[in-house]
Amino acid sequence: MLAVQVLVNALVLGCLYACIAIGFSLVWGVLNVINLIHGSFIVLGAYLAWAAYQWFSIAPWYSLAIAAPLFFGLGYFLQRVVLNRVITAPVLVTLTLTFGLDLILNNAMIYYFKADYRKLTLNPPMGSVSILDVVVPVDRLMATGLALALTGLLYLLLRRSRVGRAIVAVRLDRDAAVLMGVDVKSIYAVAFGLGAALAGCAGVLMSLIFPISPLTSTAFLGKAFVVCVLGGLGSVSGAIAGGLLLALVEGVGSTLFGPAHATTLSFGLLIVFLVLRPQGLVGRKGFE
Amino acid sequence: MTRTNVALLVLIAGVAALPLFGGAYALRLGTIACMYAVLALSWNIVGGLAGYPSFATAAFFGFGAYATGVLLGKGAPLAVSVMFSLIASFILAAALGAVLLRLRGHYFAIASLSLVEVLRELVNNATDLTGGGMGLNIPLASGSGILADAMFFFYAMWGLLLATALVVIAVMGSKLGFGLACIRQNENASNMIGLNANLYKSIAFGLSACFVGAAGGVYAAWVHYIDPSDVFDILYSVKPIVMALMGGLGSPFGVVCGAFLYLGLEELVWRNYIQIHSGVLGVLIVMLLLFLPHGLTSLRARMFWGRARHV
Amino acid sequence: MSEILRLSQVSRHFGGLQALREVTIAVNKGEVLGLIGPNGAGKTTLVNTVCGVTPASSGAIIFDGHDITGLKTYQTARKGLSRTFQIVQPFADFSALDNVAAAALFSQSGNSLGAAREQAHAHLDFVGLGAQANQSAATLTLAMRKRLELAKALAMKPKLLFLDEVNAGLNSAEVERATRLIHQLAADGITIVMIEHLMKVVLNVCTRIAVLHNGQLIADGQPRDVIRNSSVVDAYLGQQYAQRNAARG
Repeated sequence: MLAVQVLVNALVLGCLYACIAIGFSLVWGVLNVINLIHGSFIVLGAYLAWAAYQWFSIAPWYSLAIAAPLFFGLGYFLQRVVLNRVITAPVLVTLTLTFGLDLILNNAMIYYFKADYRKLTLNPPMGSVSILDVVVPVDRLMATGLALALTGLLYLLLRRSRVGRAIVAVRLDRDAAVLMGVDVKSIYAVAFGLGAALAGCAGVLMSLIFPISPLTSTAFLGKAFVVCVLGGLGSVSGAIAGGLLLALVEGVGSTLFGPAHATTLSFGLLIVFLVLRPQGLVGRKGFE
Repeated sequence: MTRTNVALLVLIAGVAALPLFGGAYALRLGTIACMYAVLALSWNIVGGLAGYPSFATAAFFGFGAYATGVLLGKGAPLAVSVMFSLIASFILAAALGAVLLRLRGHYFAIASLSLVEVLRELVNNATDLTGGGMGLNIPLASGSGILADAMFFFYAMWGLLLATALVVIAVMGSKLGFGLACIRQNENASNMIGLNANLYKSIAFGLSACFVGAAGGVYAAWVHYIDPSDVFDILYSVKPIVMALMGGLGSPFGVVCGAFLYLGLEELVWRNYIQIHSGVLGVLIVMLLLFLPHGLTSLRARMFWGRARHV
Repeated sequence: MSEILRLSQVSRHFGGLQALREVTIAVNKGEVLGLIGPNGAGKTTLVNTVCGVTPASSGAIIFDGHDITGLKTYQTARKGLSRTFQIVQPFADFSALDNVAAAALFSQSGNSLGAAREQAHAHLDFVGLGAQANQSAATLTLAMRKRLELAKALAMKPKLLFLDEVNAGLNSAEVERATRLIHQLAADGITIVMIEHLMKVVLNVCTRIAVLHNGQLIADGQPRDVIRNSSVVDAYLGQQYAQRNAARG
């Protein structure tokens, strides 16, 4: 049945969207920085997975374990050395700064990898499963499963670990956290590192499904934006809610109006939410 | 008329003499220089004077480009088409501004950024009118010969720059400019003293868009071919901000100097490092923001950093 | 005495929190009304609601014969309502003069910036900031900023002036000075509603006192009577104060 297929597609895609957005959402919610490098991190992660498979025959799910610490380190370093200098500056500065950093990273990727699209094709291919007339490609299913696992891991980290609690504290009230003895500078770096790690891992998962090229980084970034505004900043539940909503709107919109309008719809929805409900479905007002 | 405003007008007058010193290349560079200056001066109205970090410049640039392009395609004269772009951009921005300017800080930045995306996609999909992703061919609108063409468009863009500068100077000395300065410093207090902040912000947004739209129109006529990803390029939103930051927010003279300086750097990099030119631009932006956040004319530094809090 | 402001059954809630409960009160022209009550009683909310910062959830507000319920902040300002903020809100980059000139310029139609600046000098002199006219507002001390706030409010030529804790953070000499200014304003005929915690000032200046507690008006009348009112004592003043007062007679 078409409706069920659309729904299932939306569910699968929604989880992937949530995974793309969660790192971005965390950084925005905790550091109050809109990290425009996020899209490029995702693409870089995809390249890593591709290279690992191409040259060392390492399957993407194992690449996750490589990507996570590498990207964490990259993000931690970037925040401590560059971003921390402007952490109290108005959004104009931080946005333009991350834009500049993204230009550097993106240009570097185009220079070294060239802009042509690559595809990570698994050998042997995984095919698809069919349950009651609904078809889902297995690689997408696996990616979704892993995406959910990653998101769940982050959730546990934020709830259960000391570092996680500190991150949430800083997100809720930075000044109070300082008074409680939290080393905010270090937490910022950890949170940014986490955001980068999640982006890198999301990229690894994306490599299973989408073609890889530096030119796709803005598309990923755009999705992350919309998911954050729709769902709410800085929380796992927000990312999932936003991801599902976006995927649903795109799926239904595509079916009714054709796929060409999908991006317009999503950004139009973004603006509607910004005006009517800026805190998103789940978020609480005042975290701008 | 303050001293820096006089300096600005002298600078612009000086630029008018450019065709005496150079050939086609200099004219091309000069035209872009004037265009960049228009974009930067316009952005300064909403970003520097009113304090709202708008990333919507590309949206109106593209809108203006397509409005003029489509009209020229239908046989309208150039002046009429560009004037239409100017007026339509003002109205569109004022209307959108009434809604979007209720947002502050990050949310406003995002919303303005999304405007670029939305308009680009709308133009992309309106294939019958705009040619969609295949682009729009624009008929030649003026005289014969490359040099004559180049000279014409240089002066067209220069004229636009002069108009923009005069309007900006007028605004800054007026009640509107004073009101925008109040809004930038404390919007709540502005409302409390009887200033209709929403109205002022809308007008500012409209003014920041109209010359940008006109510039887009002139650009479209000049290059004869545009497509959505070309004119709705996010760089048209970011570059004016970088130029304004380089020159010092709030000072029109500083902003125009920033625009010219930026173009100089861009040309230098493009000619020598074409493959990595966007990377070099990125490095420039990063260096600027980290080490020279007050811009080259650091007069208005306090205004810019006013609301920073400390960790 | 004629009425200048009347609130009828004005309520305001924020989600589940009822900040004002059916407050009905009238302010007469030329009065100095003291608005007292414990923290969180709704005093600032009341001012915010009248001025249009937050709309009333229900009820009506009539000012100087006009129904101003639901009007926006800048509209009530132009109708003759003016206020100071508890936490001062200057235009930090502007000079003291431009701060006051801004208030004069936008609250009245048909003013030019030059004329507004001239008027501003007079208001600055009145509050004793004449010498600081060209100083940036950010460099003024707290006491000076409070007086600047007052000068701005006066530049709007208000018919009714809300003073929200003008004395918070001031030492006793500064409080004395502020009190003398308020006396002068009252003598000039401006109706004043002041939110104040310093009972000494309230009793010194106010011709009438209203008491808010949990969003409700629990007392309204002559100062002598209100401070002896048992519910006011329980809610706000406390037994010690009542005893000290009774001893003074």
